[in-house]
Amino acid sequence: MSTAAELNPKDHDQAGSPMTLTADRPATDAKPAGRPAKVRARGESSTWATVLSHGTLLFASLIALFPVLYIAYISLGPDDMDYLHPAKIMDKATFANYGRVLGETDFLSWFGNSAIVAGGTTLIGVLIAASTGYAVSRMRFAGHRQLMWTLLVTQMFPIAVLIVPMYYILSNLQMLDSYTGLILVYSATTVPYCAWLLKGYFDTIPVEIDEAGRVDGLSPFGTFWRLILPLARPGLAVAAFYSFLTAWGEVAYASTFMLSSSKYTLAVGLNSFVSEHDHQWQLMAATSVLIAIPAAVVFYLVQRHLVTGLTAGAAKS
Amino acid sequence: MAVAVVQRIKLSYSKYWYAYAMIAPVVVVLGVLVGYPLVRGFYLTLTNATSLNVGRQIGVNHIPDSFDFVGLDNYADVLWGPTAYDRFWSHFIWTVIWTAICVLLHYSIGLGLAMLLNRKMRGRSLYRLVLILPWAVPTFVTVFSWRLMLADGGAVNGLLSMLHLPEPGWLSDPLAQKCAAILVNTWVGVPFMMISLLGGLQSIPAELYEAAEMDGASAWQRFRYVTLPGLRTVSSTVVLLGVIWTFNQFAVIFLLFGSGAPDAQILVTWAYRLGFGQQPADYAQSATYGILLLSILIVFTTFYRRWLARNEKANG
Repeated sequence: MSTAAELNPKDHDQAGSPMTLTADRPATDAKPAGRPAKVRARGESSTWATVLSHGTLLFASLIALFPVLYIAYISLGPDDMDYLHPAKIMDKATFANYGRVLGETDFLSWFGNSAIVAGGTTLIGVLIAASTGYAVSRMRFAGHRQLMWTLLVTQMFPIAVLIVPMYYILSNLQMLDSYTGLILVYSATTVPYCAWLLKGYFDTIPVEIDEAGRVDGLSPFGTFWRLILPLARPGLAVAAFYSFLTAWGEVAYASTFMLSSSKYTLAVGLNSFVSEHDHQWQLMAATSVLIAIPAAVVFYLVQRHLVTGLTAGAAKS
Repeated sequence: MAVAVVQRIKLSYSKYWYAYAMIAPVVVVLGVLVGYPLVRGFYLTLTNATSLNVGRQIGVNHIPDSFDFVGLDNYADVLWGPTAYDRFWSHFIWTVIWTAICVLLHYSIGLGLAMLLNRKMRGRSLYRLVLILPWAVPTFVTVFSWRLMLADGGAVNGLLSMLHLPEPGWLSDPLAQKCAAILVNTWVGVPFMMISLLGGLQSIPAELYEAAEMDGASAWQRFRYVTLPGLRTVSSTVVLLGVIWTFNQFAVIFLLFGSGAPDAQILVTWAYRLGFGQQPADYAQSATYGILLLSILIVFTTFYRRWLARNEKANG
């Protein structure tokens, strides 16, 4: 945080538009306040624009961080009413809640289940989304437009319509209460967006690469696997991130389809925990922090790809 | 270019077989797990199925379905039946308001932050890392944290009392509940917009800004005539996705209020409640809400795309 606060008036690449006061339009509502970026500075570096943007970004960062820090802080309070008097936690902060969560609950087995399901969803979801995205991006087969349209429409299905019939199908396929069933359900929810995203990303990779691969004797599938996938790493990273997070944090499907407590995922386990321990918020807070850590790790691994991966496609199209 | 296109089309014929092989897994998974449930859900809307008359397995005995076909009665009842306003229209209006406000906030805050992040400045990547963080936190953790913060003695009201502002009961008062829901959803949704728009901003060539500046364009004019048009394709995609996702934002409202707060329920959570949150569960009505939701979104998307296409033409 400290680095951010430093000002550097000498920095010549300050993109801050000098915000000349000659602006002939008085339209100064919220948006123009965030000035257009990428303006090559022409000598004048406007210190106050820099101060203002650092200020805004600091404020926004604070808001972004606060709920996360708050729950971590609450998790240190030993009593279940501590969340009502946050100030008092400071004096008696302890990691005892973490000990109890790890030692006295099924946390570790829920954690394992979640890891299996989220990992499986990421792997299967991204793989089939990538092959679909590639097919739509490169091959003009009959129905490719309808396919993309269908993928978009599946985003619109409310859980309420799907959940009961899905239950029947899974029970008919003997997949209730199994990892495979839940992985497939999650893949079905993540694949449409991932395929859409990856199609956009593949569109930005020159077709000449495919053609070169074909000339060198690779099959279309070989081209996809050996040439295009490695090039699409940022897009794949984002798709994997999205799939992982969706599966890691989903509640409704998991609580309907996973019946035995040995198969609970974290989200379901956390819920059972509330009724069992009768609103022991401090334990829930500790569990939440433990749950957030793997997500944060995955996030950290992919974050540098996020910007390019997310919009490379959408920006060009 | 034209030659390349022709070649590509020629090449594509030989790839046909592969194309279908490559999309097959997705088509099968979606067909079985989404397509069939949709058809079945639609069928349920034409019946009076509840949890009492649906076929089920009790021990070794299989009890067959015993519900009846009732045609379009469910739709008529939801849309025009007695107390239809309380059951459907009030939630419909709130869902539309909710979607509009949330997407507007996501987009404008996201764009503002993206433009700040797009400047060259110290600590830029750190800011970016921190600002995307809300996206990486699982929703139920986020919502749980917000619930603690919005609780009566929580951090939010603590701050408000320090500023001598009124302290609404965020989780109990109907209007405050709605504000709380929008607040939380905004926190959850901004990072996605911000990152997408940041990618869009980075793809706008710097030369355009230089040229605009040469021509004496003011900051606002550069924003209006360079930035916004440059973002058009990204914006149209993320706004559409934003609308669809927000309209169906199940997790935030469900986790924030659980089975309370009837006023703050949007259509999805309301439909879920009819299907799962009550005894006996009304599968038919729940599915009817679902199909109506889907139809609303399809109609919206159709008009939105048509509007985009017209805009595209008008702007060359």
